[in-house]
Amino acid sequence: MGTEALRVVRAGALTTVQDLGRPGHAHLGVPHSGALDRAAHRLANRLIGNPETAATLETTLTGCAVRALRPVLAVVTGAPCRVTVDGRPAAWGQPVPVPAGAVLDVGAATHGVRSYVGFAGGVDAEEVLGSRATDLLSGLGPSPLRDGDTLALGAVSPRQRPAAVDAAPWPAPPRELVLPVTLGPRDDWFTPEGLRTLFTGDYRVSAASNRIGLRLEGPALARARDGELASEGMVLGAVQVPPEGRPVIFLSDHPTTGGYPVVGVVHPSALDAMAQARPGTPVRFTPAGGARSGR
Amino acid sequence: MSTPAPHPAADAPPATSAPADGCAAGTATEAAPPADAARLTVRPVGTDGLLVELGTSEGTEALHAELLRRRAAGTLPPVREIVPGARTVLLDGFAGPDAARRLAAELPGWEVPPLTGGDTAVVEIPVRYDGPDLPEVAALWGVSEDEVARIHAATAYRVAFCGFAPGFGYLTGLGERYHVPRRATPRTRVPAGAVGLAGGYTGVYPRSSPGGWQLIGTAPDTVLWDARRSPAALLSPGTRVRFVPLDGAEEAGGGRGN
Repeated sequence: MGTEALRVVRAGALTTVQDLGRPGHAHLGVPHSGALDRAAHRLANRLIGNPETAATLETTLTGCAVRALRPVLAVVTGAPCRVTVDGRPAAWGQPVPVPAGAVLDVGAATHGVRSYVGFAGGVDAEEVLGSRATDLLSGLGPSPLRDGDTLALGAVSPRQRPAAVDAAPWPAPPRELVLPVTLGPRDDWFTPEGLRTLFTGDYRVSAASNRIGLRLEGPALARARDGELASEGMVLGAVQVPPEGRPVIFLSDHPTTGGYPVVGVVHPSALDAMAQARPGTPVRFTPAGGARSGR
Repeated sequence: MSTPAPHPAADAPPATSAPADGCAAGTATEAAPPADAARLTVRPVGTDGLLVELGTSEGTEALHAELLRRRAAGTLPPVREIVPGARTVLLDGFAGPDAARRLAAELPGWEVPPLTGGDTAVVEIPVRYDGPDLPEVAALWGVSEDEVARIHAATAYRVAFCGFAPGFGYLTGLGERYHVPRRATPRTRVPAGAVGLAGGYTGVYPRSSPGGWQLIGTAPDTVLWDARRSPAALLSPGTRVRFVPLDGAEEAGGGRGN
């Protein structure tokens, strides 16, 4: 196990420990969870020489700050932001040495929503079903960070080296989300008009979005039938339509079963972009049509 | 599932688009004919998932058991999640669209044996029948409160599916005349261990949470979920369950010392 290596100076609006989640347990009611922007989480680990399963910190809009209790190597990816060590500017997207006693400050996101803070050795916390991820729906995993908390880091293997890169490629947070959708399994719960609305309506990301789902504002989808479904399994990226008609797209901490119809499923290639879409970002759905679109 | 209908979760057969269907299964009863259980519809879920829908709860549980058998035997294409629901089994995370499509084409031809039920151990859950909705349930069933306890404890259950919270199992087995609606107003806090009824299901709250089930008792000694235990969940789909009255309620309340 690791030793205490960090003290939380400023927890920020919502900072959680994340990794690649706990897949394979949905039949027990255990959500997938894990980093919302997986590419950014993986990149943080690669840049610092960790395996991609190591845990990082996921911040939300306002960043966070931690004091190093011993020398640590850190890196910030995902939503771009100002990074400082004891007030002095440090690189974003590159390994940053933080001396013992110094404060690493991950500033508010200048674009996007979620920054990822990786540390050599990875954030250590008790594993639950093979994952250290905080799951805000079920309460599994460590609690969100609070000011004054201490965090442990895992052991760094002697052969571990940060990646030698000058600049890491990084996709800009989306100005507009274009989401490829495969219809089903419950598209027959909506009228043809309702399905037209899905693909032509102007939607925007709602401020009520969270790690469970990206909520949308915009036109309601007309239903072909009333009532609710008998509970059925739900997947990451499912576009679920509650009775009031505005779609909710399920993200990492989504419930494993639900009773509202899923009109379609967003292609996994769009999940990382959704993690970085701020409230107000325009959203458009397009038929997936088998095409694999990148981010 | 907030409708006050007798079986809020049960009886909405889908308008399927698959050629094999078109059955209006009507109200699914516990005495559904075998032909109904065998009828299934396969729907796409994203690019690498399938939702298999069946006419009855029994058919769903039988298909789920068959999927687990085939996975254990290595004859099911690798898939990340097998998630049963009330009338569906979700298969999510095949290696790709081709694997999902091949299985979708194959599934309607499967011979799925009916549930036998005798092949797994029974989890016994001791229950004190002291829930706040006991009078309401007794009125809905048209029996005394003691009789509610007797009937609930005399029924053999299976975990049809899990959801809502880690370790929460939806248990089937109660006859249709014992189905009850959820509470019109959910409670903001239901204590861990509360034993409830909703629709055709009974279940035990693994931890304190909001909830709309009618509460008939308490399981004080049973830990449904413990992340440090292996397995963490006491109940998983297919587990057989019996409730054992704790305070000898059937003996005219003689043992109500505590």
